[in-house]
Amino acid sequence: MAQERLAAIAGIHEYPLRVAPGVSSMQIKADSMKRALDDAGLDWGDVDGLYDALDGEGGGGLGLAAYLGIKPRLLDTTQVGGSSYEFHASHALRDIAAGRCNVAVTTYGSTAASMRVPIGTGGMGRGGASWQQNMEAPYGGTLISNYAMVAHRHMYEYGTTTEQLAQISVATRKHAMRNPEAVKAMTDLQFVKVDEITVEDVLESRIIADPLHLLECCMISDGGGAAVFVSPEIARDIKKKPVWIIGAGEATKYRENDGDITTSAGAQSAPAAYGQAGVTPDEIDIAMIYDSFSITVAVMLEDLGFCAKGEVGQFIEDGHLAFDQPGLTLNTDGGGLSSNHPGMRGLFLLLESVRQLRGESNSQVDGAKLAVAHGNGGLLGGTHTGGTVILAAD
Amino acid sequence: MANRPQPSFPEPDTQHFWDGCKAGELRYQTDSDGNVVFYPRGHSTVTGDRELSWNVSSGLGTVYTYSVVRQNRMPGFQELGAYAVAYIDLDEGFRMMSTVVGVDNPVTDIHIGQRVKVEFEEQSGEDAYPIPVFRPV
Repeated sequence: MAQERLAAIAGIHEYPLRVAPGVSSMQIKADSMKRALDDAGLDWGDVDGLYDALDGEGGGGLGLAAYLGIKPRLLDTTQVGGSSYEFHASHALRDIAAGRCNVAVTTYGSTAASMRVPIGTGGMGRGGASWQQNMEAPYGGTLISNYAMVAHRHMYEYGTTTEQLAQISVATRKHAMRNPEAVKAMTDLQFVKVDEITVEDVLESRIIADPLHLLECCMISDGGGAAVFVSPEIARDIKKKPVWIIGAGEATKYRENDGDITTSAGAQSAPAAYGQAGVTPDEIDIAMIYDSFSITVAVMLEDLGFCAKGEVGQFIEDGHLAFDQPGLTLNTDGGGLSSNHPGMRGLFLLLESVRQLRGESNSQVDGAKLAVAHGNGGLLGGTHTGGTVILAAD
Repeated sequence: MANRPQPSFPEPDTQHFWDGCKAGELRYQTDSDGNVVFYPRGHSTVTGDRELSWNVSSGLGTVYTYSVVRQNRMPGFQELGAYAVAYIDLDEGFRMMSTVVGVDNPVTDIHIGQRVKVEFEEQSGEDAYPIPVFRPV
């Protein structure tokens, strides 16, 4: 392949616990940074770039560097929701290629489960006066209802069915059951059934916001992790094989008077990422897609070019998604649906992509060479971002 | 139901819209080229121009999409039971978040493509702003 090799992911860590009482988000971030550096064979003092998504009590790049005790020469506090980590990878590619830093870290820590944060159902109408709050708060929309409105419109326009969407949950759970940390997560979070599930299980679970059922919604967990981005020179000497960041794209979308709610910002970010990487969707082995809800994945499979708009139902019925099926493989760590969702899942999309391209996944796809990590931040159907990152094996 | 959350002021972009609700008018803006601007703002989202005109909608529109919320842990809504959140496409060319009221069962009686008309739901409390909601026609 002729792609440029300008920046790589050299080390990763995923915090193993999904219920971590007595631990702060900042401790998760620092612990994860240390372990990700260990994974790469790099030292604390090597870090000269810091990306942060304003999570935890850290205050972004302003406060996190002080907490960690480092003085990076590049600070970037990009917070665009759950896709922030795809944006960080995108910026790391840009910044490392420009010589602004050589060893950069992004970290994530959250205690959303221990703090009982009702992310999906807590209502959106909090906070002070703003032009958008004033127009939307009176109606009691929840985070989930935004996604559910996308699902209804997708069903109306294209005939997509709940049974088709449920297959996303089924395939993801299959992968989760092969991931010991995901099994422990579902156990610790007291899932009713810690086992593989069927389409019927999904349809029989209660509806949270029509047409989305409980088993189409991601969990709320504690957790976090870190990734280390390095220059090609550093990448030559790390402990494991580097995974190259070969393309990235960023975009935003929001409610528009004549907007198509079934198309996400991914339709803009993905072509940019593929273009920079010089690859096409049919070359991708692994799709790590932010599965906040089943519909999120369905929309992204289309917007990332794996099938045409409106055809995802048939694409799913044709038998993709699971690691032991031919064709594209989805969310091999068990996803937000069944492994890990502390609020901003974007980091884990990068981490599992790296595992696949190193050959380390619990649901390994033989010979995986190319992965796409696509994060959706904010509210699908409302204001959101799309961050697409194309990753290549060494 | 308990009072819906009220808009908060001072908030200069949406003040005139909410004053319209008190007057029984669903107001929206257009820029000098005729582009519809909504939600209300101080600038045209097409040109950046700050010369905007206010208009009054007929209040007639179509359900673009909706969801029936079964679980909401926010006070005021969590006791409510199932209720709809919807995007309504008004005939004048703007889309707003609202709800559809006046149906026996929101799960079965609301449809994408359904024709609806605005009404202003009175809220308790002195000087409370009525909330624009939609009813099938």
